[in-house]
Order: sequence, then C-alpha cells, then structure tokens
Amino acid sequence: MYWKEFMHQCSDIGIGSLPIVCIISVFMGAVSTVQTAYQLVSPLIPPSTIAQIVRDTMILEFSPTLICIVLAGVVGSKIASELGNMRISEQIDALEIMGVNSKTYLVMPKILAALVVVPMLVVVSGTLGIWGGRLAGSMGNIISPSTYDKGLLEFFVPFNVIFALAKAYTFAFIISSVPAYFGYYVKGGALEIGRASTRAVVISCILVLLADYVLAALLLGT
Amino acid sequence: MIEIKNIKKSFADKTVINDVSSVMKAGQCNLIIGASGSGKTVLMKCMVGLFEPDAGNIFFGGENFTAMKNKQRTEIRKQIGMLFQGSALFDSLTVEENVMFPLSMFTTWSFKKKLSRVNEVLDRVNLVDTNRKFPAELSGGMKKRVGIARAIVLNPKYLFCDEPNSGLDPQTSLVIDKLIQEITKEFNITTVVNTHDMNSVMEIGDYILYMYKGDKEWEGTNREIIFSKSQRLNDFIFASEFLKDAKEMRMLEEKGKIPNDRNIDDMLK
Repeated sequence: MYWKEFMHQCSDIGIGSLPIVCIISVFMGAVSTVQTAYQLVSPLIPPSTIAQIVRDTMILEFSPTLICIVLAGVVGSKIASELGNMRISEQIDALEIMGVNSKTYLVMPKILAALVVVPMLVVVSGTLGIWGGRLAGSMGNIISPSTYDKGLLEFFVPFNVIFALAKAYTFAFIISSVPAYFGYYVKGGALEIGRASTRAVVISCILVLLADYVLAALLLGT
Repeated sequence: MIEIKNIKKSFADKTVINDVSSVMKAGQCNLIIGASGSGKTVLMKCMVGLFEPDAGNIFFGGENFTAMKNKQRTEIRKQIGMLFQGSALFDSLTVEENVMFPLSMFTTWSFKKKLSRVNEVLDRVNLVDTNRKFPAELSGGMKKRVGIARAIVLNPKYLFCDEPNSGLDPQTSLVIDKLIQEITKEFNITTVVNTHDMNSVMEIGDYILYMYKGDKEWEGTNREIIFSKSQRLNDFIFASEFLKDAKEMRMLEEKGKIPNDRNIDDMLK
C-alpha cells in the first residue's frame, strides 16, 4: 500500500507537473537568448557567449529555483488542500482509528515522491530551456545552431549541475513538507483549507528563496 | 465489552466531559444520546483514542486502552470499526478499494481472497454493482453503507457509529439503524452509536446513555426511557407536542386504558 501510494504521488507530482514545466522552461530559455543577445552589443564578444550565458543561467538559477517556485504553487497547493480536505472530512481520523499511521501513509510518500521527481523535472527543465534558447536563436537569426552548440561546450563547469541538483533536492523537501504540514494540521472548514493552502504556498516560496541564497553563499561563495 | 471509568475532558477552561462512567456490553447497541454540545462526540473520540482524556480510563475487553503505548493501541484499533458522520470514505478510491483498504493494510491475503471478502460485506450491506463507483457518485445512504462495510470488513469486536443517520431521510435512517442492529447481533459486536435521533433510540437502543452538558444524566434501556423521571431527559426526548401525546398514549396503553381502535390519526386530529 505504501509503495502504491508512493508511485501514485510520483505520477501526480511528476507527470502532473510536466506540461507546465516544459512550457515554462522552453520560454525561459528562448527569452534568455533574446535578452542576452540584446545586451551583448560589443563586437568583441563572440556570439557563442550567448549560449554559455543561457546554459549557465538555466542550470544555476532558472531551472532549479524558478521551476521549484512554480511547483510550490502547483504541487504545494495540491498537497495542502488534499490533506486539509482529508482532515476536515475525517478521512485522517478514519486512518488513525484503523491503526494506520496517517503521517507515514499520507505525508511520507508525498515528500519521498517530491525528492525523487523534482530533481528529474529540474533536469528536464534545464535541457528544454537550453533547447528553447537554441530554437529562439535560430528562428530569430540571433545565433546559428552550430555556433550555439559550440558555445554550450565552452567553459562548461560540471559542478554547476551538482549545485543545481543540490538545490533541487533542498527545494523538493521544502515544497512538499511545508504544504503537508499546513494541510495536515488544518482546523475548521473549507475556508481554512483555502487559507492553509495559500499560506503553505507563500511560506514555501519564501523558504525556497532563502534556501537559494544560503546554498549559493555556501557552495559558490568565495 | 467496553468500560469507561471516570472520564474527564476539558478544552482550555471548558469542561466537556465531567466524570462519566459506563459499561457497554457486547452484542447490543449502546447509544450515547444528548443535545448538540452535550459532549457525546468528544466522549466517543476519547473512547477510540482520537482525544486523550484528562482523567479516567477506558477498558476494551478488560484491557486498559488509556494506559497503552501506541504499538499496543494499534493492535486494539485493528479490532475497532468506525462509521463516521460524513462516512469519511477515501475520495480517490473506488467503493471496492475503500472497503479493501483495511484488508490490504493488515492482511497478507491474495487479491482474489480480499475481493471475495469485499463482495461478501458489500452484499451484507445490500450494495450491488457499486464496486467501481467513486464516493462522489453515491447517495448519502449508500455512502453510509460503504462506511459500514469498511468498518466490518476485518470482523471487528467493536463498532463505533458517529451520528449514522445525519443527513439521511427517515426511511433510509431506518434501513441504516436496522443494518447496525443486525450486524451487532450477528457478529456479537460491542456497538456504540452516537445519535440524537429518537427513532434510533426507540428502534435499536439496547442500552442508552444520556449526556447533559458533559455529565451522565441518565442510563437505561429504550423500554425504561419512556418512563424516565429525569426532567432534562424528558425535555430532550419529548421536545414536540406529538411525542408528548405519544408518551401519554403509551402510558395509557401500559395501563390498559386505551381503546384498541384509537390510532395515530386520532392524535394528529
């Protein structure tokens, strides 16, 4: 039953969020290319630099942080309202009376599923963002695909990917555990479920930004 | 058998249960009745362990549930089935999955065996062709019956029903009451029903505990309740003129002073 619930949550969080993650990532990459090209006016800077900037921006910041903020809204509100509704309609009490540990059955699979699928979504986002930048570059005659591909391979720092994954795991824990807490301990009626859901998303977003700064300072600070 | 001894429960400064003791026997429907806010739901939640009483003890079959650690409590809880006021069915699961849930959690049975048991209990509560339906597709009465099926699927020793008739029409209420009564007798379960429905009291109340503002005001059987001397209980059960007339008629009947041809239509005139 726990495995089934875990797989169900993986599908809900992962597959359920995939379309929005794909759309946002492609556009983030595309906009990054256009705006970077707009700012690079010096003829001394080679066009392949655009690809490097898009790549590093996507890997270091856009894919882990922005995608997790979006997921805090999409997944966080879903977790908080689902658990809140179960609390109000006595489904959690029903589990407890049956002798089932409701936290282990309801909360743990959500957190574990987020820890598994959110880093995957971040990897997908980074890949699609870089591809979106390539697409926008070639469609707008900003940079040719071959120059873009060449730029992607220049000055690549593998640690950036590890840093992005470290962020993804941290944010995954925040965007699943905070809403789970607010949903699980909700009291009152439908109005309180809505309030708990909003509060969960706001606090998750703030914590994600705070953790983003702390991780950057710790892992990238000189 | 469930025994509650000197249970007390307060929330902040408000005392909700004040030194309540009672014995609820197996094979009978034990009803906790009282007006809204009298503490009956809190008492039931203390009994099943959802609330911790401030003082007192609860014994399930002689074992002190209050003094048990979580692991021991889990073992007792496996013997408890509960029907909630709003049925508390899991929205994301079908009727079949809802009823199968306790079996999947606590048995190592094969799917075929579990399905057979699920169909057996669904049949027992007169639900057919509903296995694949979701709770949202069911009527209130059907949800209650699924709730009962889920509560009895593990053959519990104790069945708790929190306001089983709330939100149901009188006819469906009777069906649910009868079902609870039949299951109680059939499986020799200690059933505790929390209600303020007087029809239920008269139909299935083998033992009745009347709560008034957190205190045990009266206890007895549904034969005795009609002739109770407690003014508060009388005010509660004979809230309407119609019921007062019915009581008078019943008392006259007992004394043999009522003509056989007088019926309920006479009272309504």
